[in-house]
Amino acid sequence: MEKVESRAEVPVTLTINGETRTALAESRTLLAYFIRENLELTGTHVGCDTTSCGACTVLVDGVPVKSCTMLAVQADGHVVETVEGLDKDGVLHPLQQAFWDNHGLQCGFCTPGMLMTSLALLRKNPNVTEDVVRHAISGNLCRCTGYVNIVKSVIEAGQKMALEEV
Amino acid sequence: MALEATEKSPLGKAIKRKEDPRLIRGQGRYLDDIVLPRMLYMALVRSPYAHARIKSIRLDEARRVPGVKAIITGEDLAAANLAWMPTLAGDKQMVLAAGKVLFQYQEVAAVVAETRAAAEDGAQCVEVDYEPLQVVVDPFFALSSEAPVLREDREQKDNHIWHWAVGDQGAADEALAKSPVRVKEKIRMPRVHPAPIEPCGCVADYQKSTGKLTWYVTSQAPHAHRTVLSLVSGLPEHLIHVISPDVGGGFGNKVPVYPGYVCAVVLSLQLGRPVKWVESRSENIATTNFARDYHMTAEIGATEEGIVTALKVSTVADHGAFDAAADPTRFPAGLFSIVTGSYRFPQAFAEVDGVYTNKAPGGVAYRCSFRVTEASFLIERTMQSLALKLGLDPVELRRRNFIRPEEFPYNSPLGWTYDSGQYEKTLQKAMSLIDYDGLRAEQAQRRERGELVGIGVSTFTEIVGAGPSNTFDILGIKMFDSCEIRIHPTGKAIARLGTRHQGQGHETTFAQLIAHELGLSAADILVEEGDTDTAPYGLGTYASRSTPTAGGAAALAARRIRQKAQKIAAHLLEISPDDTEWDGIHFHAKGLESRQVSMVDVALAAYTNLPEGMEPGLEATFYYDPPNLTFPNGAYIAVVSIDRGTGQVKVERFVAVDDCGTVINPMVVEGQVHGGLTEGFGIAFMQEIAFDEDGNCLAPNFMEYLVPTAVETPNWETGRTETPSPHHPIGAKGVGESPNVGSPAAFVNAVVDALSPHGVTNVEIPMFPWKIWEILSQHHLAR
Repeated sequence: MEKVESRAEVPVTLTINGETRTALAESRTLLAYFIRENLELTGTHVGCDTTSCGACTVLVDGVPVKSCTMLAVQADGHVVETVEGLDKDGVLHPLQQAFWDNHGLQCGFCTPGMLMTSLALLRKNPNVTEDVVRHAISGNLCRCTGYVNIVKSVIEAGQKMALEEV
Repeated sequence: MALEATEKSPLGKAIKRKEDPRLIRGQGRYLDDIVLPRMLYMALVRSPYAHARIKSIRLDEARRVPGVKAIITGEDLAAANLAWMPTLAGDKQMVLAAGKVLFQYQEVAAVVAETRAAAEDGAQCVEVDYEPLQVVVDPFFALSSEAPVLREDREQKDNHIWHWAVGDQGAADEALAKSPVRVKEKIRMPRVHPAPIEPCGCVADYQKSTGKLTWYVTSQAPHAHRTVLSLVSGLPEHLIHVISPDVGGGFGNKVPVYPGYVCAVVLSLQLGRPVKWVESRSENIATTNFARDYHMTAEIGATEEGIVTALKVSTVADHGAFDAAADPTRFPAGLFSIVTGSYRFPQAFAEVDGVYTNKAPGGVAYRCSFRVTEASFLIERTMQSLALKLGLDPVELRRRNFIRPEEFPYNSPLGWTYDSGQYEKTLQKAMSLIDYDGLRAEQAQRRERGELVGIGVSTFTEIVGAGPSNTFDILGIKMFDSCEIRIHPTGKAIARLGTRHQGQGHETTFAQLIAHELGLSAADILVEEGDTDTAPYGLGTYASRSTPTAGGAAALAARRIRQKAQKIAAHLLEISPDDTEWDGIHFHAKGLESRQVSMVDVALAAYTNLPEGMEPGLEATFYYDPPNLTFPNGAYIAVVSIDRGTGQVKVERFVAVDDCGTVINPMVVEGQVHGGLTEGFGIAFMQEIAFDEDGNCLAPNFMEYLVPTAVETPNWETGRTETPSPHHPIGAKGVGESPNVGSPAAFVNAVVDALSPHGVTNVEIPMFPWKIWEILSQHHLAR
């Protein structure tokens, strides 16, 4: 019985990157796959199955969430932000610009999740120290960069965001 | 032959990466982003047992799952003569279990369905009856006569795969016997997994009408995969189009061909529809190729003054159920014979025995040029033991034994010709950056206060860039690499190479290299890799070989273009080609620099205004067969302190000075060093794939298989010396793997240095806090 129920498709409506979208999904569908396959926003990546790597991190109502560990139906009626919503009219977000300027990425697979976690951090407080950044991104694994340049990028982006706020 | 960067040349400049604008927008195109019309999804049924006979497989319930289209088992593949596939190491591997399983999570059946979830549902419903057999986990037990024979398919009725030896055993034994000082260490490099954040996967798309298979695959070596697939499947090679899209990290994990790939291809052939298979993280860590698992013993002989006289090494290599290493054919133990390291050993002998056990197959060169990490770890650790025995500072011992700059090219006793190096200078630079003498003084003070503080040194030599065709091949294919450059009429260019980057930045660095050779802007050169229908044949990106091999090809293809360009330039300048000179940016008349034309002018003329009789166009392809390997090297110094209460080791500082020859892009080189050091740190402190006595994998996901996070990863300090390779066209050596090869020993040497006043001479990796705490406890150091 359970299997049959989990396969039944239900409509899920959410606001993603400012746009309201509705799609049908099995109630067991994970938010990560709903975003990638139903909404065709493939910038959000899946790198593990234990909520460990953070490649799938998106913001739900402004809070970083590992979208591989949330059901799409749980996001119904909520506001979701993904990497595709970061740049505005072709202008890079300060975080994107800083990652590019500081060689904060290599293969790029962890980068969208890393950007979204950092975005939530900097929105709370753009003036961050190395220690704060390192702890904030500890749920996002990167196998290429050794984190040094990611930390540098986030601090630099924070400084720019602080100036923009003033 | 180092090339100076002229003011306008992009060589040696920290140019921002061309690949980044798409990747930071989430517009990378990775394997799982590919969706084709009518695409099906595949999931694999895997064995819960490490060694068991398959009594029966029942598919009825799985077939009833809505959406399931087909299921194949080992028997189906056997009927098509596809039950086994060759490994890159020349062994063979079951695609789907044939009669029995040999490791936990081995592939038993493949289920294909309309959706990803339905495929998983179907796989869950496949019922397999197993008869468990005795499991062999310990490679030493595997070699004993009591062990069951695991590979019943072989004629040889034991678990020994091969014996490999190099050097003069008699001379090494004799020199050791005569040496007044000897040290012997048993050193294990445990099984680890590269674990790139993107797992492996493929989409096989066979079109029955054309007979063409398009195969999207997470591949570090797309051309080699095309050839292997053609040999395995019987499909004609010109009808196989391999596309390796953006690759989310590789580190050696994406070199082999995996059973899931073959199943997806078989199912696409059978159904005439695209089939996607993407493994889960657990499948990635538990079944795709591991690395290391070397059980090593080294003995060094030396004089009382600490001059080394001989090295003898024996090793048992645990390959798991199949020898699926991706080593060059003639090197079953890879380039392990670099084990004499940076030192002038007059005599040396090394031997390795490969063994089968009930574990997942491998092992790959994980961020390492084929067993070089193992070799480097062994020699750098054993040199530490020798320094301890002699009571010498590890830096002083190394200085006394370094190969000297004037001794290059240096012939090692195990058969390599080292190209170049300035080991003492590189070490000195690292010592200055970290203030070595000051550190030692500070260490003495802190020790007096009861602190456990250690300083570890590693002065390694790598061997990369496989390789020269007289020695190196994989399944018979010579390990050259290639580049094709086409200059368009407007002076813009496209370059394609036989390599396939996975984050190393080739789209930027190869554009810089080619721009330097042609006097163009790097921005005007598009670099493409990973499409076998467009790129020239090459062996791919691993073993730090891209710059030494394809980089050489790129430089020489560009010079081939320059030769033709010179004739066109002469025609435009209305002088003879012999009177035409290239200054790095322009062609001009000899002695008359004001009369000049640029490569852009020449490009237009190549299509519009040619000398009479000249073939139109401006392009070249070069297949570069390197005359030798390259030998990057470095000096690493780690400073650690140990918490007596928890056994936690804190890396207080780490300085890495690398010499990778000519540097194309210092920003990219530094990034490679940061990443490699972090993986070396993981290997030293936390990464291990362990098994229980029943062969259960104890670390099949990121909950148990720990990789470094930002919190514990040190803030790396880097520097460099630049000793060009004399034989590489631009003097470059390659850098991606040096930090992973050189750093593990620096961490362990630092911990041993902290504990050696208390009688500790060896600490096994990974140095988990509990393990260190046990040592502290045994030596009454725990608090």
